Amino acid sequence: MTDTAATTATPEDTGPMLAADGTPLKRSLARALRAQKMRALALIAPLLIFVLLTFIAPIVDMLFRSVENQIVSDTLPRTTLALKDWDDSTGDLPGDDIFFAAYQDIFLAAEAKTHTRLGTRLNYEFTGVSSLFRKSGRGLDDIGEVYQDAFKDLDKDWDKGAPWVELMGSDDFVAEAQAWEKGDALPEFELRDGMADLLPLTAVAYEDFARFQRVEEEKSLLKEEPWTLVHTMLFRDLQAQDVSGYSGPRAEMLKAADALVDGGELPPLDVRTTFEKIDKDWMDVDVWETIKMYSPNYTNGYFLNAVDMQKTPDGPAWRDDDERIYGLLFKRTMFMSLVITFSCIALAYPVAFLLSNLPARTANLLMILVLLPFWTSLLVRTSAWKVMLQQQGVINDVLVWIGLVDDANRLVMINNQLGTIIAMTHILLPFMILPMYSVMSTIPQTYVRAAKSLGATNWTAFWRVYFPQSVPGIGAGSILVFILSIGYYITPEIVGGTTGTFISNRIAYHISSSLNWGLAAALGTILLAVVLILYWAYDKIVGIDNVKLGG
Amino acid sequence: MTLTKTLLATTCLTFVAGIAGAESHGNMADSMTIVSWGGAYQQSQIKAYAEPYMEANPGVTITWDESSNEAVAKLRAQSEAGNITWDLVDVEGPDSQRLCDEGLAMEIDFNEVLAEGDDGSSAEDDFGPSVINECFIPQIVFSTTFGYRTDVAEWNGATPDSVCAIFDTETFPGKRSLEKRPKKNLEWALLCDGVAKDDLYDVLDEDGGVERALAKLDTIKDQVVWWSAGADTPQLLADGEVVMGSTYNGRLFSVIEEQKQPVAMLWDYEVFDFDGWIIPADLPEDRLNRVLDFVKFATDTQRLADQAKYISYGPARASSQPLVGQHADLGIDMAPHMPTNPANQKNFLVNNIEWWSDNQDDVESKFQSWLVK
Repeated sequence: MTDTAATTATPEDTGPMLAADGTPLKRSLARALRAQKMRALALIAPLLIFVLLTFIAPIVDMLFRSVENQIVSDTLPRTTLALKDWDDSTGDLPGDDIFFAAYQDIFLAAEAKTHTRLGTRLNYEFTGVSSLFRKSGRGLDDIGEVYQDAFKDLDKDWDKGAPWVELMGSDDFVAEAQAWEKGDALPEFELRDGMADLLPLTAVAYEDFARFQRVEEEKSLLKEEPWTLVHTMLFRDLQAQDVSGYSGPRAEMLKAADALVDGGELPPLDVRTTFEKIDKDWMDVDVWETIKMYSPNYTNGYFLNAVDMQKTPDGPAWRDDDERIYGLLFKRTMFMSLVITFSCIALAYPVAFLLSNLPARTANLLMILVLLPFWTSLLVRTSAWKVMLQQQGVINDVLVWIGLVDDANRLVMINNQLGTIIAMTHILLPFMILPMYSVMSTIPQTYVRAAKSLGATNWTAFWRVYFPQSVPGIGAGSILVFILSIGYYITPEIVGGTTGTFISNRIAYHISSSLNWGLAAALGTILLAVVLILYWAYDKIVGIDNVKLGG
Repeated sequence: MTLTKTLLATTCLTFVAGIAGAESHGNMADSMTIVSWGGAYQQSQIKAYAEPYMEANPGVTITWDESSNEAVAKLRAQSEAGNITWDLVDVEGPDSQRLCDEGLAMEIDFNEVLAEGDDGSSAEDDFGPSVINECFIPQIVFSTTFGYRTDVAEWNGATPDSVCAIFDTETFPGKRSLEKRPKKNLEWALLCDGVAKDDLYDVLDEDGGVERALAKLDTIKDQVVWWSAGADTPQLLADGEVVMGSTYNGRLFSVIEEQKQPVAMLWDYEVFDFDGWIIPADLPEDRLNRVLDFVKFATDTQRLADQAKYISYGPARASSQPLVGQHADLGIDMAPHMPTNPANQKNFLVNNIEWWSDNQDDVESKFQSWLVK
């Protein structure tokens, strides 16, 4: 202590204060503190890692889906690249090269069976793409079949696996492939030197084919005849390239095919017409615009959909009136959650007040009455409200019996907003009562008595002395009930009809029925953001320190 | 210590049992997880398929899961997590299309995987029109149709004999229940708006076609209670909340014949749907072999006919129809209650699955937006 005082008094005289081992005290202290922190961190590490892995990571992953859009460029890599240079503002269809790229992409996707998945994805944005891709996957084989048949007629070897391997593969690969036996790992395909220059398109297509056979099918190339795509590419290459200089294996076979192609008897390659034959929708510029618009790896499309807008070539635009729904549902969810919260406050306050002012024995007994419904299944409670509220239900029957309501004009209390509000208020009531009770039971009764003895009326004593002290309980209960209610979906689904459903019902629909998880994630993200904003606003207005769950 | 030992012992036992099992059945797993809809329907599957199968294959255990109504989402989640825990999943036709498109269901070679009909017809011919895509193994034909109360005083003795009675609030006053989905409702609305059955999807495809159907539904909108679970309409009918409503014919059968409520069934333009199995894609070989073995057994002519003893859904095989007998408990003839019964098929609709898979998202948002206004 004296040393420290001395150091602060004359630091320049003595230099930094040293610890016993000669290091500066400041550093030594910092090290000790760091070690302590690390130890503390190590102690909570298992829990922290558990929470991160099982709670935070899935949520982040789910929310991330609201912008993720790799599927388009993954499935159609060549097409999306080619579409970059396509000017969609002219209203003209893309050029032949883009159709050619789409042919390659969709053919490969169809072999891997990913084309229908992409179709489903793009169908969210443009109606009809789903069946368009499904049909195209089946139909694109027709393009290459012409050439496959022609080559086969010329030489049976074009229809077999082994001659192709000899032509396209390097000598090493041919040897490995021949030595391969069932059960071994399949050798990796290696292209013959010079083949990439001699037959560039064929080489790429054949490499794709080889990779697919090795990884997906796990079959030897020697036994598998190549896809019709490879034959189409061979036709294109033979048209453009001069193969007379080639002298490797299968040179005769290749030259004969070249002669056939140069003879000009084969029909010219016309990918565009085939696409048109498969479905005339391919001649619709909007289809290509949709693909181009959703080419990037990340998209704001889901978020636009979630606020009733859509992507158009000219930027975001509002949806048609008859397709707008989410804005309305967000507003309704907020409004009804507020109504539910306030009705919970109104009902819970007297109950909590009573509970906290009764002798402990009676209070505990009454508390069981509060908790008993809380422990009952949610579905049972909701269905019970159906029995109570429906037009032929208990309440209406009683009202008709005592003559308050005419039998022909029974009250409609369910399948509308009223039904949702009643049922959810009941279901969420314990979440309001419990924090209120725990706050109220700590308010000393002497305060109210003191107020009264100083001349306050009952009301003044309650309003000026008791109520302000119970506000933290109201705050805690309100936050709980409000946040729980905006995420509720089972109860609104059962008793809400059409006017009493929440945004969460649409989220549930997109998660489990339409499988549009991107849109569901976007809606969920917006909901989360709204909650955070409200929480922030609450903190600003009321102050989060005023929230107490007890004590 | 004890825990470790127990764990070790269990692991060893499982391992040994696994080897023994593998030897005794060739390369087949000893257990299966089958997913279905729960309730009376799943019970009928257990009685008709699973119990006889387990009798013939002692040592096989079948675990049942009741998650079919969220099967598509759960299968996708399982596949993304790389851990498929289900071996066989019962889904409706349109869901199977989605699963097939997403690559989550295995494609089937019908004639190889399924038994041929006992009249010698090939599996593909025997199943006929119920084969709707490459992944779907049909089991039953069900229909969505209308039930109505038989004791409504305001109707003055009139009984509905046409599906258009739902739009006729003059003759048949009272509330109706319809499904909270556009599918089927749009078709019925257009039919009653004067569109011929064969033109339904052409009209829906036109600009304004969906709007026309919604406009027709608009005429009864304030009289409709919308349902989302199959059990809703039976309850609403039984409680007198609605005077008529759509639901699955099996549900109506149980209200009418088992619970003896004053309700009758309307067989007019009922919508046929298929329900069946899909096998998740990329199952390990031993589990796949077991499932294929089970499916071959469970979808043969006799088994499909047996199921009709427990529930009033029609077998998907043509060759099973003549074998449909009596209800196991009630002892009544089941054939007249089958959607496949010719007398019940004077007028019927089949959903165009392709049209719906294209237009589902678009129409759904229009429908929901109409609904909330």
